[in-house]
Amino acid sequence: MTMPAFSARSTLRRLFQRWGAHPEGRKHPAADTEITPLPLPAQLILPLAQHIGAPARPLVQAGQQVLRGELIAEAQGAISAPLHAPTSGRILGIAEVPVPHASGLSGPAILLEPDGLDEALPPEIADPFMLEPADIARRVASAGIVGMGGATFPSAVKLALGQKTRIPTLILNGGECEPYLSCDDRLMRERAPEVVDGARIILRAIGGERAMIGVEDNKPEAIAALREAAADLADVEVVTVPSRYPMGSEKQLISWLTGREIPAEGRPADIGVMVQNVGTAAAIHRAIRFGEPLTRRIVTVSGGAIRTPRNLEVRIGTPLSALVEFCGGTTGTVARWVMGGPMMGLAIRSLDIPVIKGSGGLLALVESELAALPEPGPCIRCASCVGACPIGLMPLDMAALIRNGDLKASVDIGLKDCISCGTCSFVCPSQIPLVQYFNHAKGELAAQDRNRMKQDAIKQLVEARESRMEREAREKAEAAARRKAERERAKAAAAQAAAAKSAPATNTEETTA
Amino acid sequence: MNPISSPHAHGARSVGRVMLLVMLALTPATLAGFWHFGWPAVMLWCVTILTALFAEAFCARMAERSASAMIADGSAMLTGWLLALSLPPWAPWWIAAAGAAFAVVVGKHAFGGLGQNLFNPAMAARVMLLISFPVEMTQWVAPQATDLPPLAALGVTFGGNITDAMTSASLLGHVKAEASRGIALSQSLTGFWDPQAFGFGQRAGSLGETSALLLVGGGIFLAALRIITLRIPTAFMLGVALPAILANFLAPDSYLPPLAHLLTGGVMLGAFFIATDYVTSPSTPLGQWIFGLGCGALTWIIRTWGAYPEGIAFAVLLMNSAVPLIDRATRPRIFGRRRDGHSLTAP
Repeated sequence: MTMPAFSARSTLRRLFQRWGAHPEGRKHPAADTEITPLPLPAQLILPLAQHIGAPARPLVQAGQQVLRGELIAEAQGAISAPLHAPTSGRILGIAEVPVPHASGLSGPAILLEPDGLDEALPPEIADPFMLEPADIARRVASAGIVGMGGATFPSAVKLALGQKTRIPTLILNGGECEPYLSCDDRLMRERAPEVVDGARIILRAIGGERAMIGVEDNKPEAIAALREAAADLADVEVVTVPSRYPMGSEKQLISWLTGREIPAEGRPADIGVMVQNVGTAAAIHRAIRFGEPLTRRIVTVSGGAIRTPRNLEVRIGTPLSALVEFCGGTTGTVARWVMGGPMMGLAIRSLDIPVIKGSGGLLALVESELAALPEPGPCIRCASCVGACPIGLMPLDMAALIRNGDLKASVDIGLKDCISCGTCSFVCPSQIPLVQYFNHAKGELAAQDRNRMKQDAIKQLVEARESRMEREAREKAEAAARRKAERERAKAAAAQAAAAKSAPATNTEETTA
Repeated sequence: MNPISSPHAHGARSVGRVMLLVMLALTPATLAGFWHFGWPAVMLWCVTILTALFAEAFCARMAERSASAMIADGSAMLTGWLLALSLPPWAPWWIAAAGAAFAVVVGKHAFGGLGQNLFNPAMAARVMLLISFPVEMTQWVAPQATDLPPLAALGVTFGGNITDAMTSASLLGHVKAEASRGIALSQSLTGFWDPQAFGFGQRAGSLGETSALLLVGGGIFLAALRIITLRIPTAFMLGVALPAILANFLAPDSYLPPLAHLLTGGVMLGAFFIATDYVTSPSTPLGQWIFGLGCGALTWIIRTWGAYPEGIAFAVLLMNSAVPLIDRATRPRIFGRRRDGHSLTAP
């Protein structure tokens, strides 16, 4: 239940915190359709890098038969996630395939040909409330669960943090502030008990005290379903937040729900908070209660060019073309394909790309939805971007500095605090590519940092080599000198010995002389 | 091929739309000006805007850019419109033409075009005209509605057929003149100061500045559509009203009452439409408060102690020059940081 005092605070905040934008929701009709399982495609493409961190290391070989849920690639290093077979079938091999990437790069992936039987490994079922917290984190890690909201940070790494730091508050992110997307909405509506149970499992894993599920007020059905599922629970609270982009950003949601800001140079744990996506909570529920690794997810297929927009439950690795086909294909001209939401999603050029763990949406946008000017206009200093920036930056000044090549000055006024939400670009009446400038500059700075590190490393190596060679030369010279001295000593000794042999005579001669 | 990156959507707002809405908001006050001052006012408005558009096209041609595209953003038309509203309604055509050309060519394009100018182009032009042609720029007429036939109106605007019998004085000009003759306010205001007439514009003054209420209405319309915020207008009015209240309370015979300050001259036009010009006002919320207060206070100071009866244009230009400094000094606090830029610390 929402406390009255809280809503008064929230009302005040609505009045005085004016950041963000209100893009058209466009959530319907997809949001009105039930989650439909997508039939198995002819081939699954399973990229090894579907998460933040080191790519997984494949454990299978071409020709090998696998069952659903079988481990096919293991985590590598501290921040990584394993990969499991989404269905039973035969491994075709490991190949370089196009993956979801801003530059259309390709990456290694395991190819799996389903046998249609969808046979599963015998599951490992557990009661989370009998498990040790560390055990929960371990099981989440081995289930390959990553942030399902799109961040794809390995969830177990976050859970393990709870064992090191005191984190009393868990926030489940049900904001789903991106237009078009309704995969989280449908999940909350249809599987609210799974989400709520997932929240309680996470609470146990991190030793938390209470969970808040923050949902935007444009999803009343989801809020009602969650409230019903959490009705008897004292530690789970469902809180309505205003529909405003980017409310689903971690910083903004935490600040709205708790009134506290994550320090710019800190983490949510520093203020005793952890945020997980509602989809992640449901995946954790399934992993712990049913021993089910992460092999499928809900994807919204929408956009003006999709014939029947809907929400599909898809095996990880399914090529996007299969989703589009199942939704009746496209009508009219697709101006742009986007993976994810329109605000932060990725433009893609091929539908051979597979669904990965972080893909929440596939959009086929028509020209009018892009609403793009042929070219950006001049900045009229209207300060729309200043008012919209959820972080309090001055995008217009930052962009001007970057355009002049002064990256350092743009860092001084907050470039590194930018969360790349794109609200500034969205509101700009001249359609200046503001966030694009910032992402470019951040990439440039990262490259500079890498370069500097590389140069430092090279310099150190060169210095080390020089000092080594100097030392070696010195040692060589010393050894040579030593040898020479020895030789001379030996020569002198020999001469002395020789002298000594003839000495008595000589000596006597001398003495006699 | 460049990778296309997010966002893949845009808000409905465009520069042209913003300018159009501002012009829409100016329409009621403009029509009131036409009604009160008749055909010469209509002609003056037309000449100003046409000249502004012509100057814009000329500059576009000089810069080898598309004239129609540049005109389509509406900024030149709005500049001309604002200048027209700040001119004496029966001013001769060449005042309007010279002013509009100056506003667009020198006020805007000499600085690098839209978005680059430091000073409000309309106000720069108005000040240039006021300094260069003080007689024509202070020739006011009393509202005489439509009783001047169009042909005679042509004579006023294009032939300079304006006689002393037609002219009148603005309240600020009248008060200043009387004060210089040593006449107390209580006397000089009698018969001249009627808040009601000033609200609806039945008084002598610039073409579009006289109907304070219609201007406020237009301003609130823009604020409701989030085209402007009310920070600058509110601060502007406070900047005028606060010193006026204090001075009038201390010496009512020497200082105009606050309401007379707010409703005369171009305070409402200045507060809602001139000082809120995006290009030449600060971008930060705190900066906008400071800018508005500064404009208001300077207006009061110039009106009270300056040589000119009216001070809006000077006040706005002076504050314009401080905008880069204000913006730099009033950057908003960054999320997760203190005002000084240091990260917040974990509690």
